[in-house]
Formats: sequence, structure tokens, C-alpha cells
Amino acid sequence: MTLALDHVTVRYGDTAAVDDVSLDLATGQVLAVLGPSGCGKSTLLRAVAGLEPLSAGRISWDGADLSGTPTHKRGFALMFQDGQLFAHLTVARNVAYALRLRRTPSARVDARVRELLSLVGLEGYDDRLPGTLSGGERQRVALARALAVEPRLILLDEPLSALDATLRERLAGDLRGILRTAGTTALLVTHDHEEAFALADRLAVMRAGRVVQGGAIDEVWREPVDEETALFLGYARVLRDDAAARVLAAAGLRSSYAVALRRSALVVDADGPLRARVEQARVTPEQVRLVVDVDRVGAVDAVAPLGTRVSPGDEVSLRVDVTRLAVLPIRATP
Amino acid sequence: MRRILGLLLLAAGPVLVLGVLFVLPVTGMVAEGFVADGRFAPGAVMDVLARPRVHRVAWFTVCTSGVATLLSVVLGLPAAYALHRLRLPGRATVRAAMLVPFVLPTVVVGVAFRQLLGEGGPLGPLGLDGTPVAIVAGLVFFNVAVVVRTVGVAWESLDPRPGQAAAALGASPWQVLRTVTLPALRPAIVGAASIVFLFCATAFGIVLTLGGVRHATVETEIYLLTTTVFDLQAAAALSVLQIIVVLGLLVLAARLRAVPDPTAQRTVTPARAVRRGDAPVVVATLLVLGAMLVPVLGLVLGSLRVGGEWGLGNYRALTSAGDDQALVEPVTSALATSLRTAVDATWMALLVGTLVAAIVTRRSHSLAERRVRSTLDGFFMLPLGVSAVTLGFGFLITLDQPPLDLRDSPLLVPMAQALVALPLVVRTLTPVLGGIDDRQRQAAASLGASPWRTLLTVDLPVAWKPMLAASGFAFAASLGEFGATSFLARDDSPTLPVVIFRLLGHPGAMNYGMALAASVVLAVATAVVMLAVERLRVPGVGAF
Repeated sequence: MTLALDHVTVRYGDTAAVDDVSLDLATGQVLAVLGPSGCGKSTLLRAVAGLEPLSAGRISWDGADLSGTPTHKRGFALMFQDGQLFAHLTVARNVAYALRLRRTPSARVDARVRELLSLVGLEGYDDRLPGTLSGGERQRVALARALAVEPRLILLDEPLSALDATLRERLAGDLRGILRTAGTTALLVTHDHEEAFALADRLAVMRAGRVVQGGAIDEVWREPVDEETALFLGYARVLRDDAAARVLAAAGLRSSYAVALRRSALVVDADGPLRARVEQARVTPEQVRLVVDVDRVGAVDAVAPLGTRVSPGDEVSLRVDVTRLAVLPIRATP
Repeated sequence: MRRILGLLLLAAGPVLVLGVLFVLPVTGMVAEGFVADGRFAPGAVMDVLARPRVHRVAWFTVCTSGVATLLSVVLGLPAAYALHRLRLPGRATVRAAMLVPFVLPTVVVGVAFRQLLGEGGPLGPLGLDGTPVAIVAGLVFFNVAVVVRTVGVAWESLDPRPGQAAAALGASPWQVLRTVTLPALRPAIVGAASIVFLFCATAFGIVLTLGGVRHATVETEIYLLTTTVFDLQAAAALSVLQIIVVLGLLVLAARLRAVPDPTAQRTVTPARAVRRGDAPVVVATLLVLGAMLVPVLGLVLGSLRVGGEWGLGNYRALTSAGDDQALVEPVTSALATSLRTAVDATWMALLVGTLVAAIVTRRSHSLAERRVRSTLDGFFMLPLGVSAVTLGFGFLITLDQPPLDLRDSPLLVPMAQALVALPLVVRTLTPVLGGIDDRQRQAAASLGASPWRTLLTVDLPVAWKPMLAASGFAFAASLGEFGATSFLARDDSPTLPVVIFRLLGHPGAMNYGMALAASVVLAVATAVVMLAVERLRVPGVGAF
């Protein structure tokens, strides 16, 4: 156990931006705090960095309380959403910043900078100024700069969200590889579940200042704790009461208060137990996406294999793919 | 091409005004030196520049200005930080109070320092009266505000995140300051320093009251040469020297001040609560504030002493003409004249200044257009650096014949003061107007707004407060203007600073007491105006 947050609260005046949050993070792990914008996740990250004073609770590292340790003595590198490179320094000087603070001999600095730039795939960028780089390149430099002195913890604030979709996907893969290679412990906050899945192995879902669910990433994903969490994790629809009971029965599962369905939870199958009428059909590169009206359930999403000929108004049969749904155990707090 | 023509047409008014009221007098003054007996004779000017006294004066100017600039920056930086980044109690009032010395009439500052350092003053035993140290102290007192303002505004809008990123990389607060914050502030610091140097090098009232004849700078030397020695050639030679140096500095300042994109959102970082680590900065700020209050307090206390007793006699005497009929008119009527003059100067400066700011901030569509705009921008900044004495004397010798016989016009003094205030107005308004994204106007137009309506709905809502603030600033500057006014004010209707200077020149305890009292009145008037301006919360006022 390395980083531990115990009942941490950060208040701005009367509102608690972070409300009684407890989290642990072990060496070498990557933990993603996932939540909508304004849920307090960035404040949480800044509190860990030592940039926000705590109103209550404590943050500790290896059991030692950090409350008296200023940011620069914590050894946690913080990587901002937009990189925050020092505009007046070249790429190499940016990466070398922390090394120079520690008066590292210049030969060692040069070697380390070269090593880091090749790690992030930016060989030969040494003398460029941040202003001349693309968004993705800037993020990579920021990452190299954060990794330079092998921080005991790296804090990432939406590291990919400022980038466009293709770049994001590519850099996500790179970033995960780099964190694994360097064996760095990382705490990441994001509002994008794709980003969380791409980078983290543990997940904490945060809402209105509180952590509502935490655990291994596939666990959380399979068993969201409530309706809102399910929708936030990318489930398309949540069915309740009778509708939930019907779908769960068709799947051969025990009845529950509610069930969250992904868009591919219902599949067109001539032998399926559910009857429905197609309302919309749209062909995508992988499958045909449908919106269907299921008897006594209502409008839900469904898919059909490519090549299936369905059009609005058709009657179809559906089966339930149990790996694409989540049974919700408890009633959402109103 | 049509855009450029339109631009030039729009600029014609202000250019004409500046041409007649500024370029003509200044060139007239300069020509005075180069033309002898109707022939062009530059040799005499060269001879003047070779005089040992001129060398001494030039060196003295550079040295005092350099030292004063350095001190202003060193003292101003902690205060800029404390007053713009920390949530200190009463910081709005302190910020306003710090701006007061800058608009305080130079004569008043001179009087305050003499009262403090002179014989019988609280610091009299130090023997600093009439020494270069006193001059430097006066210059610093006057200019710290410029540094606090200019750097403070930049500091306030500085993104705190790079600093936090550096701290997260292990940089201590001191290292963050040295490696991230100061490099980011460098344009503002160097810009402020160059402007302060400019103000110091052309300072007139302070140096004249504190240095007299013994310690002359180029500016006071020009005054002495024209008014007492009548050596116009030498005066002109010094004017030319000064104009060249000032032009160079202005170009430098403009370069250092350049921002990549004026429409980029100006973020204001909320001030944070004071922590224990801020103690040195807060203490330094309080010391600077205290040092600035001492001369003012000395002035106020001095004005309340009459013949060794406390009393309001000096103030009551303001309705009289002083001992030995030192004055033609009582001080109270001079105050009325000052206020009237300042009103006229303000509307003139605001009218021309708004037009200039609007012209120079519109987005250029071609390189040629941008060149024209930036040339105009530089042109209208000229009065900032050219000696008010040169200007005033130039007015006298060039605007005395029809069709430009303005010598007896009641608008002569306001016009000269408006010119001095013009750069202040332009500097306050350009960042505001430049900060309006042109696309806002285009959006308004595309929604069916006429140009007039666009001006009313897009520009005016943003600009009215800065315009009001600029008016106040111009009003205060005009109230205290001394350099040009000392030449132009007629004997029967002097302004308050001129009267104060006359009172100082006449012997008699009562005259001196009256000068102190009149200084307090003038200082209060300017301070009230500046406090009102500060209430408008326009960030750029007083920043260069």
C-alpha cells in the first residue's frame, strides 16, 4: 500500500468539492477516477499534489501523513490537461527541468532527455519550442517531463481529452505502454470512460464529490452500483421493474429491480424468446444497429449481424447476450 | 487599397491635431537651435553637445534615471505580487493609494520631499536636501506605482498552472519564481522599466524643485537655458538629443510590450489567502507603502503648522494673495482655473484618444494596412516621451501667428495638457478595444446590426467603463501638469501647480505654508479622482 486517502474533504466556502473520499493505490498500479465534469475529481487530484488544502481527512504515502509536505517535496509529478509546458524553454529544457533543479551533471541530463524523448517517440525534437508542437506532441513532452526524475507517483489530469479522436486512441496505447514500461504508479482523473479503460487497471467512480464505486476495472464495468453509474460507464439504457424482469427472464437470470443494457445486449435471432417490432435500422461497419419496440418493455437498442435484411415495421425475434448487460442491485438514490 | 484610404481618412483628424499641436511646436523649438540668422547652421548645435556642462547634465540624467528605475523595479515587484495575487485586507484601497503618487502633481511631490528632507524637516539632519539622493528618492516615489500596476496586472493574468507544474516537478517556491514566473513576467517588467526610465529621464517638476540649478537633468537644463540664460541653441540641441533617446526607448518599449494575440482571453487568477510563507513579501509591501506615506504625511502635517503652532491658518490664507503680494490671484481662484482647464483637457484627450484607440486596434487585412496602423500607434505615443518643456516652449514660439495665433486663446493650456494626457488615454483604451474579438462585430452585422448599432451594442458595453476611467486618469494628469503649463499659463490665470511653484519662489514663511496647504488641496483633488477611477475596476489603468 503506498498512496492512501482517508476521508478526504476539500471545501470551497460552503460547498464540498471533495466529500469524504477514501482511496488506496498500490505501487505500479494505475487508478482512474472517473466522473462527470464538476464532480470534484480535478480538485481531488490537486489535493493529492498538495495544491489544495484539505478541510478534513488525511493523505498519506507509505503511512506517512503528507499534510505538512509542500508540493515540491512530495515527489508526485502532475501532468496537466493541456501539458502546461514552459513556453520559454525548448523541448529538451522542458524535459530536463526537474533534472536541472536537482543539479544533475549535464552529461547525465542529456542522456536522460534522449532516453525519454525516444520513449515518447519524439527523437530529434530537442531544440523545438513548445509553441511549434501539435497538441499530441505537447502532451508527450509533458509526459516525458513528468517521468524525468522517476516520480514515485504520477498524477494525470485528463491527459488525452484535449486531443482529437484518432490521436487520442493512438496516444492512449502509447501512454499505457510507457507507464507499464516505466513501472510508474499513476492516478488519473477523467470524464471519459474510454480513456479510463484504455489506461487504468482500477477504477473509482466519482459523483458530486463522493466516490460511489471503486474496484478492479472489469468488476466495476460488469457490476455498476446504480443507474447513473451504469449510464456513465457507457451503458445505453436502464430498464426498471417489469421491463427489467422480462429481459432478465429472457436471459435466464434472476429478477432484479433494474438492468442496464449495452447497445448490443439484444441480438436479432430467429430462435430468440423476445418479440419486437423494428422502429429504426442503421448499417454500421460492424453490424446493423436497430431500435426496436419490445412487447411490454418499450423502445430499446438491438443489433443484427451484417447482411440481415431488416427494415422499420418488420417483426423480429431477439435473444439476450448476458455478457452485454449489468444487473443493478440497488435502487438509485433519488 | 480602399481600406487603407478609409483608414487614413479616419486618422486624418487626430493626425492633424497632433501635427499642429505637437509636431509643429516641437520642430519649431528644434529649428530654433539649428537656424541662426536665417541660415541652417548645425555646427553650433554640435558645439553645444561638446560642452562639459552638457556632458555632466547628460550623465547625471542617465545615472539618476537608471538608479531610480532599478529601485522602482526592486521595490515594486513584491508590492505588485502582494497587491495583485494575495487576498490582503483592504488591498483595493492600497492599490488606489499606490497609484496616487503617479498622478500627484510633480510640484507637490517636490514640495513634500523638501518638507521632509529640508532644514527643520523630520529627516533634515541627514543633510539630503538638494542632493542627488533626494532626486532619486523623489523619482522612485513617483514611479513605483507604474511598476506595481504594469507588473501587477500581468502577474494577475498569469496562468498559475505552469508554476504548479514546476512545483510538482520538485521546484521550490523560489525556484518556481526564478525559472517560470520571472521569465513569463519579463516582458511586463522590462516594459515597465523602460517606461519608468523614460518618465525619470524627462521628469521636470521634481528635479527642478529638488535639484535646482546645481543638479540639472537634460529636462531642467532645457528649461533653465530657455527661461533664464536665453541660450535657445543649446536648449534646442538638448531637445534633439532627448527626442532621439526617447524615440529609441519608445520603440524598445513597444517591442517588449508586444503581445502575440490581444484577443486571447485575459484570465484573472483569483487572489489567494495569505499564508505564513508570504510574510517577507507582505512586510516589503508595507515598508514600501510606509515609505510612500511618509512624504505625504510630512506634507499634511507641515501644512497645519503656522508659526510653530498647529492651525488652519495656511488654508485660510489660500483666499489671499500671499505675503508681499506674491500672487496676482488667490489660490482658490487658481484651483477653479485648474479644474476648468482639466475639464477641457479631458474632453479633448478623450475625444482624440478614443478615435486613436479605435483606429489602431481594428484588425488589419493586409501587411500594408498593419504597417500604417502600427506607425500611427507609435506616432500617437510620441507625447509620452517628448519633454513637456520642449512642447510648452514650442507652443509659445510657433503658435503665435495667424492662422494659428493661439497664444491668447483660453484653450491653449488645455490643449497642451490634453497632449500630455493623450498617451494615458490611448494606453488605457487600446487593450480594451483590442480585446474585442472582431468576430463579435461580424456576428452582430450578420444578425442585421448597422455599423452604428454594432458600435452601440458590441463596443460600447465593453468600453464605457474604461473610457470613464481614462477620463479620470486624464483629468488627474491634467490637474498636476506642470512642465508645459509653466510656459503657457498666463500670469492672470495660473493653474494650481504654477501657483505652488511661484509661492515656493517667494520668500516668507506664510508663502511656504500656503504652498504646503495648496499642495495638500491639489493632492486631495487628484487622489479623490484616482480613487473614483479605481472603483471602476478597469485593470489597465496606470499599466503601460
